[in-house]
Amino acid sequence: MILVVAEQRDGTLNRATLETIAAAQKLAGDAPVKAAVLGQSAGAVAQDLATAVSEVLLVENPALGTYTPDAFTVAVQQIVAAVKPVYVLLPHTYQTRDFAPMVAVRVGASLITDVVGINGTGSSATFVRPMFQGKLSAEVRPQGEGPRCVTIQIGAFRADAVKRGTAAPVNPLAVEIDPSTIRQKAEAPFKEAKQAVDLGQAERIVAVGRGIKSQENIAIAEKLAGAMSAEIAASRPICDNGWLPMDRQIGSSGQTVAPKLYVALGISGAIQHLVGMKGARTIVAINKDADAPIFEVADYGIVGDLFDIVPALVSELEKS
Amino acid sequence: MKIAVCIKQVPTREWQPRINEAGTWIREQDASYELNEPDAYALEEALRLREKHSGEVVVCAAGPARVQQVIREALARGADRAIHVEGDALGSADASITSAALASAMTDERFDLVLTGLQSDDQGHAQVGVMLAERLQMPHSTIIMEVQVVDPSTGSGQAATLRVKRELEGGWFQWIGMPLPALLTIQSGINQLRYATLKGIMAAKKKEIRKVPLPGGLAASQQIMELALPTRSKQTEMITGAPAAAAKELVRRLREEARAL
Repeated sequence: MILVVAEQRDGTLNRATLETIAAAQKLAGDAPVKAAVLGQSAGAVAQDLATAVSEVLLVENPALGTYTPDAFTVAVQQIVAAVKPVYVLLPHTYQTRDFAPMVAVRVGASLITDVVGINGTGSSATFVRPMFQGKLSAEVRPQGEGPRCVTIQIGAFRADAVKRGTAAPVNPLAVEIDPSTIRQKAEAPFKEAKQAVDLGQAERIVAVGRGIKSQENIAIAEKLAGAMSAEIAASRPICDNGWLPMDRQIGSSGQTVAPKLYVALGISGAIQHLVGMKGARTIVAINKDADAPIFEVADYGIVGDLFDIVPALVSELEKS
Repeated sequence: MKIAVCIKQVPTREWQPRINEAGTWIREQDASYELNEPDAYALEEALRLREKHSGEVVVCAAGPARVQQVIREALARGADRAIHVEGDALGSADASITSAALASAMTDERFDLVLTGLQSDDQGHAQVGVMLAERLQMPHSTIIMEVQVVDPSTGSGQAATLRVKRELEGGWFQWIGMPLPALLTIQSGINQLRYATLKGIMAAKKKEIRKVPLPGGLAASQQIMELALPTRSKQTEMITGAPAAAAKELVRRLREEARAL
């Protein structure tokens, strides 16, 4: 049996959960897939999942209303003890990253993170995950006797591929959490400043990465953006350096976009960036490294020096 | 405050991947190495906290002998001393082994605060920090963008606590409070990095690096069956030629084929 730990906040299901269920169905073969929904009052989310799995475990407890790693770890530990899954699958979100390794140590489980592919089914399956910033891809097999925890990268499986059937039962599963053992005190989530730019609305985006080398060189990319009627954006290191404001950042910690055209200049294509832009209809990559992972998702690629190619593009676009 | 920073040595960003004959790991002898970037931010944060609250910064690393390079660098940037859990097998170890190796050398030090980078640029499990917290029985929080040490008023008899800003996805943040000792995984960009001065490099030569052997009996929780160049999910049309010709061809294709301009 495969257990999927759903992620929800304030009664809204994180869509990555459905992608994780799709992965679980692939891994399961004929074995059942169950989902556990953790929260304070999460009944509606549990109903949402009922047609996708063979049983929904509704795990409600006041200590699970606001996420903390301590409370979630204790809860998942008790769920695993109660239902004894062969695999525990979770979406590879920031929340999962915060508590899944703690669960793995507590229950003696293996933990394979950031999975983008599954070979085979059941206990002989292997898992594909990026390594070395996406430059290499590893096929990994879990070791040891304990349950096997696997986290599924966002966008690696399709939510609309989930096989649905008749609604499965939603059964409550009680967990005991002593509030005094929760060491973290979580305050309400907030947004830093109101987002000045909604890149999600942009038809075209020109994005820069480390290859741009200096803040002064951003102007070169801005010129191309102007010639293409595109918005300027960046990968995380550029915003960390303060070369462009944080609200121009594309990727897991920034905005997720799906424009008509995405031009990646000097962006190597680490997975944290790819998850934010691989839904673009047409992707162009310009990079001096022919092995850069960005070329894996690009429709058009030019291997070369962006400082030669971008000005040539600008003059070509200005011709007509 | 006694602060530990866990650092890892990883292949440089410019490194071109080369795979060993068995196809299960990289050719380590061909790689050049550097300090894992998120760990550099963790180190910088530790140095800033020491400047504010005084105390000691101890660099902790688990890896083969080559790891001394980044340990020296961290000492040159200002860390006070280092602990090196040394073992050849640690170069390709999984997060379960790495965290257990670090914990074996760190438990008795009784650190007030342990900082790690949020993940490594090599295997990228993003697990060592949280596993280490559990093994050291410390509370933790991950992907941290600001660290505040909340000092109690003098004479209150209360211990200092932490208040940290945790990054969530999509531009959201959250403040988390917790007692010390604690472990935090630090997000890149939390601060501006400093680099080693000549004085720092000279001083680092005299600083202590305590070597600890890798404890026996640590079992791997996963095995790499095969390491390979990734397969492309899309058929990428590579456009070649001199810059002007390539630019002309790309613009033509974007207009006529992709209809994206």
